[in-house]
Amino acid sequence: MSFVRPLTLWQKAIIYTLLLLGVAAFLTPFLWMVSTALKPLRETMSFPPKWIPSEWQWGNFHRAMIEMGPFWRYLGNTLIICFLSVAGTVMSSALAAYGFARIRWRGRDTVFLIVLATMMIPFPVIMVPIYTLFRELSWTGTFRPLWVPCFLAGAFNVFLLRQFFMTIPQELSEAARIDGCSEWGIFWRVVLPLSRPALLVVALFQFMFSWNDFLGPLIYLTDQQDYTLALGLQSFQSKSGGTSWNLLMAASTLIAVPVIVLFFFTQKSFVEGIATTGSKG
Amino acid sequence: MSRSDWIRLRNGLLFISPWILGFVVLNLYPLLSSFAYSFTDYSVLSDPVYVGTDNYERLLKDGLFWQSLYNTFFFAAFSIPASLAVSLIFAVLLNFELPGRSIFRTIYFLPSLLPLVCLGVLWQWLLNGDIGLINAALDPFFDTFNRIFGTSVRPPNWLADPAFTKPALILTTVWTAGNAVVIFLAGLQDVPRSLYEAAEIDGANFFQKLLHVTLPMISPVIYFNGIMALIGSFQVFALPFIITGGSDGPGRSLMFTATYIYRRAFEYWDMGYACAIGLVLFLFVLVLTLLAHFISQRYTYYQGE
Repeated sequence: MSFVRPLTLWQKAIIYTLLLLGVAAFLTPFLWMVSTALKPLRETMSFPPKWIPSEWQWGNFHRAMIEMGPFWRYLGNTLIICFLSVAGTVMSSALAAYGFARIRWRGRDTVFLIVLATMMIPFPVIMVPIYTLFRELSWTGTFRPLWVPCFLAGAFNVFLLRQFFMTIPQELSEAARIDGCSEWGIFWRVVLPLSRPALLVVALFQFMFSWNDFLGPLIYLTDQQDYTLALGLQSFQSKSGGTSWNLLMAASTLIAVPVIVLFFFTQKSFVEGIATTGSKG
Repeated sequence: MSRSDWIRLRNGLLFISPWILGFVVLNLYPLLSSFAYSFTDYSVLSDPVYVGTDNYERLLKDGLFWQSLYNTFFFAAFSIPASLAVSLIFAVLLNFELPGRSIFRTIYFLPSLLPLVCLGVLWQWLLNGDIGLINAALDPFFDTFNRIFGTSVRPPNWLADPAFTKPALILTTVWTAGNAVVIFLAGLQDVPRSLYEAAEIDGANFFQKLLHVTLPMISPVIYFNGIMALIGSFQVFALPFIITGGSDGPGRSLMFTATYIYRRAFEYWDMGYACAIGLVLFLFVLVLTLLAHFISQRYTYYQGE
């Protein structure tokens, strides 16, 4: 709440105490993950737990990579899927969002309600027919079921980009139209260049989604050589049966760090993008 | 329609054509064929065989299905309000214009970035009943309690005791509420300052302002976050799957409807039955969303309308 009256010292102290309690709650598990990742196995078992390892086991990261299976292959697979998914998502949802935000056609708002309604369909409900469809196409066991659908404009991203496209002044389109620009030309030369921040947000969200996705790879990928990092970590977890916690935490850290680093570099657009999702449309 | 109407219609449809294709192939067709499959016995390996309403009759008598539904409702009923409350509290705290708020916001947001598989493995470790960090933190409290009352109660064995698995999962979910914090914060910043000024002139204290200004003004955001949490919690799958190490938890206490669909479909190749369960799940989500929508029509306030 933006308060008009200045806060007293006491009020400030209470607010900071609560905020710091939040920091402790949200940050401690991360620190514990890294701390465990750097311990010798014996020390993960000590109770009460120790925060600082007696000797820093940097080698755990390397060992975790070996134990997980072909780590670099997992990374390559994940990056291929992420890259194709991001490309498809950005292109297809920008097109669709333009059609919903910048062209006034009959029935548009009704169709857009359908877009919003599709967000309500839980994936488990349609999972079986989609699986059998990809099976008919002999796509199971390949990456295709994981990235081809991204070229078909998902509702969430269309919604997000539409919100942004609508904020671009209509006069710019009109001016271009008077200069003889086609609808495609307006999309490509006027709206897209002005929308780089929003496109970046959609790209980031999709990257994170594909990097983190578990159910998709679990259903479609059969050969361990094709696993993504997320699936590789899960298979390592079930193989180790919850014993080598230091290596499991090292592997988790390795998979989490790229996402967190990416977030720190793009924090501003990221946070703005998330804030936009909640604004009314 | 005039000629330019037609051109706009054509252009509009051309631009949204990727979405139309996606809608037909990835939403409409699967929904319809899920409906069709739900009246068949279908194992993928051979063609579907029509069995009438057998799957639905079986579903009524299937204790596992009802248990999964109970688990799902239980999880939704507690994790949604808990996540909303926690994220709203931290958003309100962050909305005070104090130095360092952007650092706090970043820290609160971090957990929601963690890949679900990492999240599950990490919390499986934190919640470990013998050597987990959470019980290590609780231990001193239990020791003091036991000393005073001469009892010998121990912290719960979270993931091994069916009574505590769901609270454990809800705790883990609440930990990732940072996403909603950011959305709430954006909503809070849109509340006009003049309303607070007016309330203060009328002598309103902090809680009165919170109750009578802030909450009504951000009610659309509460609705949005609530709907998102509702949809999310009815398809919860990866987190319980990972946190239990791929099992359903003790006494199947973490077997959710999505988990059950997955197992019926991809472990038993019982596709027709899986589709029937899926449709019933969809029905519940639909009814609850519509219910939330009607409630929100009554209680949400949209600025500028």
